[in-house]
Amino acid sequence: MNRIHVLEAGAQTTVQDLGRFGWAHFGVSASGAADPLALRAGNLLVGNAENAAAIEMTLVGGAFEFEAGAVIALTGSDFGAGLPLWTPIQWKAGGVIRCGATHSGARCYLCVRGGVSVKRVMGSASTHLMSGVGGHALRRGDILPVGDAAVRRPRRAAAMPPFLRPGSLRAIRGPQADWFGEDLYRGSWTVTEDSDRMGLRLRGDPIPSPQGHMLTEGVTLGAVQTPPDGQPIILFVEHQTTGGYPKPANVISADFWRLGQLRPRDRAAFESVTLDQALAALRETEEWLYSL
Amino acid sequence: MQIRAASDRSLLVSFSEELSPQARLAVRRLTAALAGSRSIWNLHPAFTSVLVEFDPRQHTHAEIEELVRHHTRHAPEQEPAPSRLIEIPVRYGGAEGPDLEDVARLHDVSPHRVVELHSSAEYEVYFVGFSTCFPYLGGLPAELATPRLAAPRKHVPAGSVAIGGGQAGVYPLASPGGWRLIGRTPLRLFDPAGEPPPLLRMGDRVRFVSMRGSQ
Repeated sequence: MNRIHVLEAGAQTTVQDLGRFGWAHFGVSASGAADPLALRAGNLLVGNAENAAAIEMTLVGGAFEFEAGAVIALTGSDFGAGLPLWTPIQWKAGGVIRCGATHSGARCYLCVRGGVSVKRVMGSASTHLMSGVGGHALRRGDILPVGDAAVRRPRRAAAMPPFLRPGSLRAIRGPQADWFGEDLYRGSWTVTEDSDRMGLRLRGDPIPSPQGHMLTEGVTLGAVQTPPDGQPIILFVEHQTTGGYPKPANVISADFWRLGQLRPRDRAAFESVTLDQALAALRETEEWLYSL
Repeated sequence: MQIRAASDRSLLVSFSEELSPQARLAVRRLTAALAGSRSIWNLHPAFTSVLVEFDPRQHTHAEIEELVRHHTRHAPEQEPAPSRLIEIPVRYGGAEGPDLEDVARLHDVSPHRVVELHSSAEYEVYFVGFSTCFPYLGGLPAELATPRLAAPRKHVPAGSVAIGGGQAGVYPLASPGGWRLIGRTPLRLFDPAGEPPPLLRMGDRVRFVSMRGSQ
């Protein structure tokens, strides 16, 4: 059995799959890859099922040694590994993949043919950092077995899709959109340093945030929660499952990957779209993944 | 019943704008009916609503809305879950309840009176949500209803006993949060290495017991 040795862990490196579904009624959110598009694409490129577990690096990557030869792919942002991204690579036994600080966005995925094999908790290999469900961030000296999640041959992508470039966050109307004007979409926002996998905290000109009669209700990934201070928080992969602040908007599924690539101090803007436009954008990303 | 899109992959089903036993029962019935359904990714029950998250590549909002309407029309009479009474020991005030004084001041009573009111009521777990097994408790004396903080704290310690609006709760894990903290319990509400369900479940009755006696 092949194993990966963590020589350097990086800033916040975790094992992630697509998340832990079916536990929200106990207050456990899905967690999972912050950039699900990069994880899914990386898995498909090495010939895995798209939900296989892989290594997610944040801002500063780690160094990983493989005991035996493996097919790997790096996807997401360029963390300076000196290897081509978004393509399967035959890696040799004893070889070390050494990543550094990011050159572009917030996250880079190291996917390996067969997947990373860790104990599943509640049906998922994902790490939920805030609660400790599924373990904790990787540390130097950790050893990760490679699993048997390969389902087909590795493939190369014919072309990188046009949507995979920086852009605004498209959002549909949230449950309390009627309480708000268009200020969210006019504003220019900065991602703050205290953003994490629970929420991306934005700073900008405060938007008027009427706190009408509101009972705590269910909330979902990408919800733009707006407390009375008018500084929006985008609920992220380890989001709370219910909340009492009103939500003018919800980022669309096709743009979740953008959330995973936002770094502290990055600028962010919102663009209003309809539900139909959101679903059309989702089809576009899915069609590219099917083409892999 | 009102059903609207909350995102491009979820519907928010609201049974009422106001708390009521009927709405609570409707929430429990719908959650039970849809739990484990192949079409559904996640269910987020709350006081009077359930957020239903589904795979938008497999289902339209209209299809899931029809599924919800079908289940609310044909919900079987649900046996009430056996009601357990769980006592939660609390150290009120001080560093463990940093907002106790503010809550007392806002209501123009003594901190001692806040503790007396809080620990004399019997609560019901309306639902479990927020951040990892957080129990939302109904039954807070109306005199103690206190607005949430204007900006949530980034760090609330595990075991914090809190008031948010007209609701009571306990933080099972350290997390951000906007509720007023009046004390802390040494009880563990949730074990991340174990599987749910957590210590407190929908339908349980709860009492808080002061560990310091009078303040």
